Amino acid sequence: MSTTNPPLPEFDIDPRAFRTLADAQMGVELDTGDMILNLGPQHPATHGTLRLVVRLDGERVIAADPVIGYMHRGYEKLVEFRTYPQITTLINRIDWLSSFANEVPFIDAAEKLMGVEAPPRAQYIRTILTELSRISTFVLFLGEMGLQVGALTPAFYGFRDREHVVNLIESVTGGRFHPNFNRVGGLKDDLPWGWVNETRTVLKKIYDACDVFEDLVAGNEIFAARTKGVGIIPPEIGAAYGVSGSNLRASGVDWDLRRDGAPYLVYPDLDFKVWTHPDGDSFARYWVRLQETRESCRMVLQLLDAMPSGPIMAKVPRIIKVPEGEVWTEVENPLGQMGYYVFSKGATGPFRVKIRSASFSNVSILPWMLRGVFVPDVITILASLYFILGDIDR
Amino acid sequence: MTDVTPTDSGESPETGTSTAVEESATDAAAEIPDPHALDDAHAELLARFEDELGAAVLDTGKAFGMPIVRVQRTEWRRAAEVCRRTLDCDFLSFIAGIDWMPAPKEGGDDAGGDTSSPVQPTETTYGVTGSDGRFQVFARVQSTTHNYGLTLKVDVDADALLVQSWVPVYPGADWHERETWEMYGFVFEGHPALRHLYLPTGFEGHPLRKDYPLLSRVVKPWPGLVDVEAMPGGDDDAAEPAAAEPAAAEPAAAEEAS
Repeated sequence: MSTTNPPLPEFDIDPRAFRTLADAQMGVELDTGDMILNLGPQHPATHGTLRLVVRLDGERVIAADPVIGYMHRGYEKLVEFRTYPQITTLINRIDWLSSFANEVPFIDAAEKLMGVEAPPRAQYIRTILTELSRISTFVLFLGEMGLQVGALTPAFYGFRDREHVVNLIESVTGGRFHPNFNRVGGLKDDLPWGWVNETRTVLKKIYDACDVFEDLVAGNEIFAARTKGVGIIPPEIGAAYGVSGSNLRASGVDWDLRRDGAPYLVYPDLDFKVWTHPDGDSFARYWVRLQETRESCRMVLQLLDAMPSGPIMAKVPRIIKVPEGEVWTEVENPLGQMGYYVFSKGATGPFRVKIRSASFSNVSILPWMLRGVFVPDVITILASLYFILGDIDR
Repeated sequence: MTDVTPTDSGESPETGTSTAVEESATDAAAEIPDPHALDDAHAELLARFEDELGAAVLDTGKAFGMPIVRVQRTEWRRAAEVCRRTLDCDFLSFIAGIDWMPAPKEGGDDAGGDTSSPVQPTETTYGVTGSDGRFQVFARVQSTTHNYGLTLKVDVDADALLVQSWVPVYPGADWHERETWEMYGFVFEGHPALRHLYLPTGFEGHPLRKDYPLLSRVVKPWPGLVDVEAMPGGDDDAAEPAAAEPAAAEPAAAEEAS
């Protein structure tokens, strides 16, 4: 009983392969096998629990796969079991650095469906608090971005200056991070005494802080070397991935929903500039947010000057029942385009709400962006995209 | 809105005051615009979309200034291509699904059950542009240069659950379709890898379907029902509700890490 081996297939071998193999064996050129590195789920640059599985060839990333969902809370399911006033509590926790800005589009959606309009003073206070949320979010970013490239000092400035703004929000709403201050048809409360003057003082501080950040971080040679030309998002690719907000404006797309979208709050009455940067790299994203912080200060000052008096609550029924219909509201949140698609069937709660959060789309470009970058640059890219995990895992 | 009605102004058209009333009446009529009316840019966008796709557009509608189109299932990807290449809608906002079936009441209508959640109507309605079945996928695209946007809807066959994927047109559709797949079970044809996004690998069920119960309310009744339970210290089995406490699966609020 004899068995014969099957004949060997004939290979057409490239002679260069042998040479490479030989080199590797001789130690002339070491073969660098791929290595898989887990970044996270806990990492200071991720603002929550984002895991990034990167495949490395030496120091270079050849593939990256973000793993999200560690903090998924299922808000789109939960809101179907809540009434409209209860839902603002939940959606506060989507982007927890600018909670007030999350509430506004949802309340706006309910008001549109009901045909209710908040009184002008309520609209002004909403706009002021939205812009203050933006300032507090961005000031933290301006400091923390330094931390991600190894500069410790700016982070302390960032936290210090954000504290002023958070205190302002707290003195109006009672909550430092989760105000839950919007009501369908207006606001819970009016501004406290002396708040307007205090705000002017704080805005002066923030304005000065922006100068500090401009000198300390943006003007720093090492910072520029680490961020310029790193993590470039071409405008058409960014838009196709749904990247929005400052990240897209840093790629030269002149698009800001406060100016270009459907009119909301009192933004049509304000005089402000939309900042863009042509480069689209990490530095551009830092620079655009720096300018937008100053612009927000200017906007709040305008609003404080033009604030009307009057009621802060429109007449709404005691039990909020929203008529049947569907509505999409989108606003420019600190992190990008935030929207709610609300389907109502005439009940006290929505039938279905699609929550479009900015960070989800901003982060979905990471597999494309991280291809070919070096490992230390991954951190600066993550930091410069500036996402909040609650905004991804909603 | 004023209380002036046309009959008031019609009775005495000669006097000066009544002309003012008449004016305000016409103003009032003009001031109640259709909240759904499209502006010129959106109306033109809708017309161009219909021109491009022709018979593939099943229905059009509008909601608060936003045009909505429902396209045929076989033309879903071509609709995306038209949006991106012809209509300059370069920005993909989102893709999501919806289940139009009313949620069955937990434990039947007489069970009492969860009294806190809003009571939805029991008949099935299908929104602005209608639907021919229980499931739909809807998406929104926008233009970063022309300041307009469009909502697209497509019906999903409840038996086949197949939808054409948009990934070849908008690369950002990847994550949105993965999310819709795990939440509703729709299979996106042409998607490179439908893997779980939010939920753990191997998760069974499609949580956003209406017949999937909210598990935290199944595990533990809503605390609003505490009235009918024994008060603490009042009965010998008063310790029992406290023992069931850890099962609460409400979202934790301790997220202010940064």
